[in-house]
Amino acid sequence: MIYPLQVVFILVSAVTLGAALMVVTTRNMVRAALWLVLALFGVAILFVLLEAGFFAVAQVIIYIGAIAILMIFAVMLTRRIAQDPGPQLNSTWPIAAVIALLVFGLIVFLVQVWDRAASLPPPLPQGFAPLQELGVALVSADRYLIPFEIASVLLLAALIGAIVVAWERK
Amino acid sequence: MLQDWLFIGLMVVIAPIFPVAALIIPQLLAPKKPNPLKSQTYECGIETVGDTWVQFKAQYYNFALVFLVFDVEIVFLFPWAVALNQLPLYGVLVGILFIEVLVIGLVYAWRKGILEWF
Amino acid sequence: MSDPVTFVAKWLEAYLSGLGLASGWIAVIMAALGVIALGSAVLLLDILLVWVERKVVARFQDRLGPNRLGPFGLFQPIADVLKLLLKEDIIPQGADKFVYNLAPILALATVIMLWAVIPISATVAGSEINVGALYIVAVGALGTLSIIMAGWASNNKYALLGAFRMVAQMISYEVPMVIAILIPVILAKSMALTDIVESQTVWYIVLAPIAAIVFLIGAQAELGRAPFDLSEAESEIVAGYHIEYSGMKFGLFYAGELLHALTFGGLFATFFLGGWRGWGAETYPILGIGYFLIKSMFMYWVIMWIKYSFPRVRIDQMLNFCWKFLTPLILTVLSITAILDKLMSGLPYWAYVLGMLLSNLVILYFVYQAVGRYARRERQRVADPEKFRVNFPVKSTASPSHLP
Repeated sequence: MIYPLQVVFILVSAVTLGAALMVVTTRNMVRAALWLVLALFGVAILFVLLEAGFFAVAQVIIYIGAIAILMIFAVMLTRRIAQDPGPQLNSTWPIAAVIALLVFGLIVFLVQVWDRAASLPPPLPQGFAPLQELGVALVSADRYLIPFEIASVLLLAALIGAIVVAWERK
Repeated sequence: MLQDWLFIGLMVVIAPIFPVAALIIPQLLAPKKPNPLKSQTYECGIETVGDTWVQFKAQYYNFALVFLVFDVEIVFLFPWAVALNQLPLYGVLVGILFIEVLVIGLVYAWRKGILEWF
Repeated sequence: MSDPVTFVAKWLEAYLSGLGLASGWIAVIMAALGVIALGSAVLLLDILLVWVERKVVARFQDRLGPNRLGPFGLFQPIADVLKLLLKEDIIPQGADKFVYNLAPILALATVIMLWAVIPISATVAGSEINVGALYIVAVGALGTLSIIMAGWASNNKYALLGAFRMVAQMISYEVPMVIAILIPVILAKSMALTDIVESQTVWYIVLAPIAAIVFLIGAQAELGRAPFDLSEAESEIVAGYHIEYSGMKFGLFYAGELLHALTFGGLFATFFLGGWRGWGAETYPILGIGYFLIKSMFMYWVIMWIKYSFPRVRIDQMLNFCWKFLTPLILTVLSITAILDKLMSGLPYWAYVLGMLLSNLVILYFVYQAVGRYARRERQRVADPEKFRVNFPVKSTASPSHLP
């Protein structure tokens, strides 16, 4: 039995993986950034399929709206954007391929062993409002208050660090 | 909940069809007489010099950096705003503390002259 | 007959289930028909907007505007569309063809996608997702991408420069604009646009006038309309990111821009002017469509009014205004609104509204004082520049000033 959602999932995953492959094989850097946008958009659709609408829109806003734009700006800061004639692989690529295959095999194995992966999760209770829950959890002292505030400080540190690195080159 | 996203999913698929259709019709109707002069880059009639994809000013990048940090912050604030009714007063104040820490970053960028354009 | 849209939808649903289709497929077909109907309606409105825009700008400039084809020149946009369809498609030398063709498609499609979450009447809304407000921002981000694609793929320095200015402007003004959207979300305690409209027994422009103004300014900048139209400054970079586009591809950018302006009018109406709400709109939903269109068109007219009344700003002024004025201002308003909302949650609604309005007026008073002080200082600085010279710690070593 194949559900329509499974078809959607397989299609979206295939597009995401294909786009991710294009990111690393395209020689033109701006085009690579645009392929990355497609891959990130595919991930956003996967979030929707997991009924995590907030993460889907957050993914699009932050990764496509901000980080992809930042990358394109960064590409424009470099010279020789259009073509990079250098080799795309270095001598250690077989090791990397083996490690990647091992990690993939491990994930497949874990999903096979883990019994909850085979069963559907229990349905959410009626009237469950995920956004309110998240909002309350973010500022409750016994839940995620500390990570929330640390995230703020981390963002501050990132901003200051980026300014120092990008700007103070005397 | 997925019911609500069905409409948006179809929108993502169908919305581009309208402009694509508008681009296909001219392919059938419009004349096709290309010549090398016509397809030259239009820069006020002066012949284009050098590569277009040149190095740009670093300031665009700086603004994108500041924007990125604020963007992440704002996305965090939306669930907090939705849950405001169920929060105690200190929960609201903690959210505002989150904003003010970022304001420090804005002030720092301002003092460092990142927000200047020259 | 007070609600024709729901009537037709119910009838279609009954017809489809009569054919023996599974309920899941009926939902898919109904949603697809809804998308097609919404998209077609929006694009028909778009064709009319060409006439509206030209007629209104003509009146602002003391001209008549199109008046030859049909009554009041109403058939002019049809002639325009026919002309665009018959024009030759020119792809400039050295352009990245795929990206070049994709950009105008994305530019119009993202604007159509914005309409998916806007409630048009009490019963008609494409989707009621619980993250509607953020969806608007996310789709706007995709629109930004279409501009950078157009500018980059054209292989034209002016186009690239225009795209860069436009994107720098759009991402900068996105910050105050999104925080301005956050304030109606705080007031309604929901991100779904349908909930935001339904909770506006008093229009939010009364409760949050500063957020409304900031949203309007942000919309103007996102649209790239004057005073923020330096991405298409004719005297510097000819036309901006779409300089190399001709025929229908330019037409798509143009249609996208006009529709985007109306969409921002509709969003302003949804967030601050009560959307479809009005006298009798709940019992007769068809009235709601009328109210919504009137409010959107009025805000569209306001956007045009601003566009055709203000001169263009420089890029440093544009960025300063965003980062050193709007962003601190709206962050202050956000903090005060959140605290007041908590403190006044026990009060009767009229007191709550009054408190919000008063707090906004107090902030406006201080802003007025601060702006006045700044203007006095600026006038002195222009009169005697030497006295006010500011030296920043780092001067253009990281970025030589000859770069664009």
